[in-house]
Amino acid sequence: MAEFFHTTCHLPAPLAYLLAAIIACVLIIHVVAVGALIFIWLERKVSGRIQDRLGPTRVGGAFGWLQTLADGIKLIAKEDITPKDADAMLFKLAPYVGFAASYCAYIALPFSDGWVAQHMNTAVFFILAVLGIEVFSPILAGYSSGSKWSLFGAMREAAQVVSYEVPLGMCVVVPCMICGTLNLVTIGNMQAGSFTNWLAFNDPFTFIIACVYFTCATASVNRAPFDLAEAESELVAGFHTEYSGLRWSFFFMAEYGSMFLVSGLAAILFFGGWHGPIPIAEPIAGVLVVVVEPLVNIGRYLLGFIARDIGKVTDGAVAIQIANLMGCLNFLLKGTIGVTVMMWVRWTLPRLRIDQVMTTCLKYCVPIAAFGFVGALFWQVFEVPTLNDLPSPIGINRSVAHESWVVEADREREIRAQAVTPSPADLPGESVGSFDSAAVDSLVMKGGAR
Amino acid sequence: MATQVDDARIIEFDVRTDEMLVNMGPQHPSTHGVLRLVLRTDGEIVSEVEPHIGYLHRCAEKIGENLTPRQWIPYTDRMDYLAGMNMNLGWSLCVEKLIEHELPEKAKHLRVIIAEMGRLASHLVGMGAYGLDLGTFSPFLYAFRERERILDLFEEACGARLTYSYLTPGGATADLPNGWLQKCEAFLDQFEPVIQEYHALLTTNAIFIKRTANIGVMSGEMAVDYGCTGPVLRGSGVDYDLRRDGEDRYTELYDGYAFEVIVQRDGHYPKDHDYPAVPKETVLGDCWHRFYVRMLEVVQAIDLVRQAIDRYSTASGDWGVPIKLTHKLPKGEVYLETEAPRGQMGFYLVSDGSSIPWRVRARSSCFCNLSVTSELCRGCLIADVPAIVGSLDIVMGEIDR
Repeated sequence: MAEFFHTTCHLPAPLAYLLAAIIACVLIIHVVAVGALIFIWLERKVSGRIQDRLGPTRVGGAFGWLQTLADGIKLIAKEDITPKDADAMLFKLAPYVGFAASYCAYIALPFSDGWVAQHMNTAVFFILAVLGIEVFSPILAGYSSGSKWSLFGAMREAAQVVSYEVPLGMCVVVPCMICGTLNLVTIGNMQAGSFTNWLAFNDPFTFIIACVYFTCATASVNRAPFDLAEAESELVAGFHTEYSGLRWSFFFMAEYGSMFLVSGLAAILFFGGWHGPIPIAEPIAGVLVVVVEPLVNIGRYLLGFIARDIGKVTDGAVAIQIANLMGCLNFLLKGTIGVTVMMWVRWTLPRLRIDQVMTTCLKYCVPIAAFGFVGALFWQVFEVPTLNDLPSPIGINRSVAHESWVVEADREREIRAQAVTPSPADLPGESVGSFDSAAVDSLVMKGGAR
Repeated sequence: MATQVDDARIIEFDVRTDEMLVNMGPQHPSTHGVLRLVLRTDGEIVSEVEPHIGYLHRCAEKIGENLTPRQWIPYTDRMDYLAGMNMNLGWSLCVEKLIEHELPEKAKHLRVIIAEMGRLASHLVGMGAYGLDLGTFSPFLYAFRERERILDLFEEACGARLTYSYLTPGGATADLPNGWLQKCEAFLDQFEPVIQEYHALLTTNAIFIKRTANIGVMSGEMAVDYGCTGPVLRGSGVDYDLRRDGEDRYTELYDGYAFEVIVQRDGHYPKDHDYPAVPKETVLGDCWHRFYVRMLEVVQAIDLVRQAIDRYSTASGDWGVPIKLTHKLPKGEVYLETEAPRGQMGFYLVSDGSSIPWRVRARSSCFCNLSVTSELCRGCLIADVPAIVGSLDIVMGEIDR
């Protein structure tokens, strides 16, 4: 995007980078905040229906869809209480740590092919690492609240989340191993085609791993039946017992943010990411492009004066963007299904006890994940045939996808190289001149982009 | 410690974590009202639990010494407020014993219907709230959905949904309204198959079994020693139910009814219905068994109500006209215990010959049931404390009175 602003809109490079970063930030914060808004509403509706009641029905007209917003306004208006015994600074800091971690992890989460705030070739690692930071939030909150119940909640959280990171990491490694990359965009693209290409159906082991991953993910985001840190029947409200108002709601934004994050990660790693079960996105996009084309042309005409060479965008690019949009919806749907399953589980099962949670992790999840890992490893090493090798009547299989990805990556690298060192021939009119990308990067790194 | 300083290893391994004294309650989500438990914990392990009561004390007994027996009926409602009908029944029978009042046939069957429906309503809360204690929310609402229908029936009979004051010395305040029995039967027909769902959600749920099996194990001897009664006693395998073993004045209500006391005999519960099998992990007297006895009593109560409805519709006499408000009580003292949902509810009455009792005393089942908490919770985990206290199914209104 920075390249676009720089080369097409002729903004100075630092400004282009800054603008691109701001756009990504704003978009992601909306995904997290609006996502939490929707998921809290969804949770209330789902739990209501499970429990034979209606859930919210009033606010915002039909289905009470603005209920969360009303709650949010209420929470903002509430008194912000810091208990007398609390360590005020840590107490106030804790909710933001959790929210910031949950929010940061979205930076590396692609929503569709290439629709990611920051392309990272270590995206999986980044997300796991940043999610790991989230555990500090309940620990800090519990420690600084000056309440014994909060302290219990914090200790449980520490014990539980740290243990579950181990099997979670083992599960995540398997798709990375099969695809040979930590780049989530690549992993997603390699599952293009029909659902037989999804990694969960690659071999029996990956399917087991997908199930273990979901269990561990539920535990690592503190959802029932692993919600020990906030077990209301034991610890009143656990680590957030003493919180009120907006700070309290930040914990929930973080919780719902990470819920979608781990579900989205599951979708990308195991369930095809933005690819639907049947590859129909591109034909549909082809049809849609006929409708959208005239609009795009009008847009081109209108935008012509600021973006002179936007006209170079080929018709194929429009179709690709429409397909990407559909992929994004696909991905959001998959993530939402994951979140809904978590809700379903929450409102059905009793809570486990702390020792049983640890037993589940150390005696079941870790060995099963290890077994699945080794199994998937041998499956790869001995090149046992997978569903992926079936001749696909429609779409493509993984090896083809992989090749096309390599080609695509080479092409992108070329474009990138061109973008940062534009030749005067490509840019008629005033030229920003040439500069080397290393200088720009170092400028951005030092925060001296302004 | 100072003497051991020479040996560095001893110091190294003499690290102890601090014990923490935690107040669970009186404002705590899972202490069923205003029970206060003081926990001495070492990390997650609870080394000592001490229940403190008295937060709901309303001097009910003293008030009873200033009112006539019929006037005191509303105060009995507020003892075990989840089973007000059964409290009414206990007091009514006690007063009737003193004044030697004989009930008409129909009134007896009416009382069985009402008392067993009360037991149903009470056990439903017990079941739902136990789910809450273990962290599952939905069964609570399912239980309340059914309970609401029982309350609707009660409301039709007496006008109140929680504090009924329906059964009074002499009989009941009014007969059942027309069509009540059909509605009641319709409810039972709807409710009976649904119990399987509760078994699926709770009784046979793997996590539920994990949380309750072998937790808070109380031997039959210990239960008897502490004076536990009701499902808590029967959950420990003691075959004792006042509906069968109680005083004549009480058991005659159940004369001719076919029912078997719900208790495990030779490793089996009475096989009247299709119950889920007892899981292997459980031990007689643990939380699971206490819960299970309650679930089976729900089925039994349905059966008893059905029988009572049949008898009621063919019985002779009226519903039992209440005694006068200022009925002169004969001089003397009586004590009578009934099998309330939570155990044996006893009322003690001393009269000096006026219409107002000289002394009124209530024997609470929950008080005795609660007294085992300290012993059951010793050495358990924090999460087990709500599981154990919940399995005792206490109501603070009855304990504090």
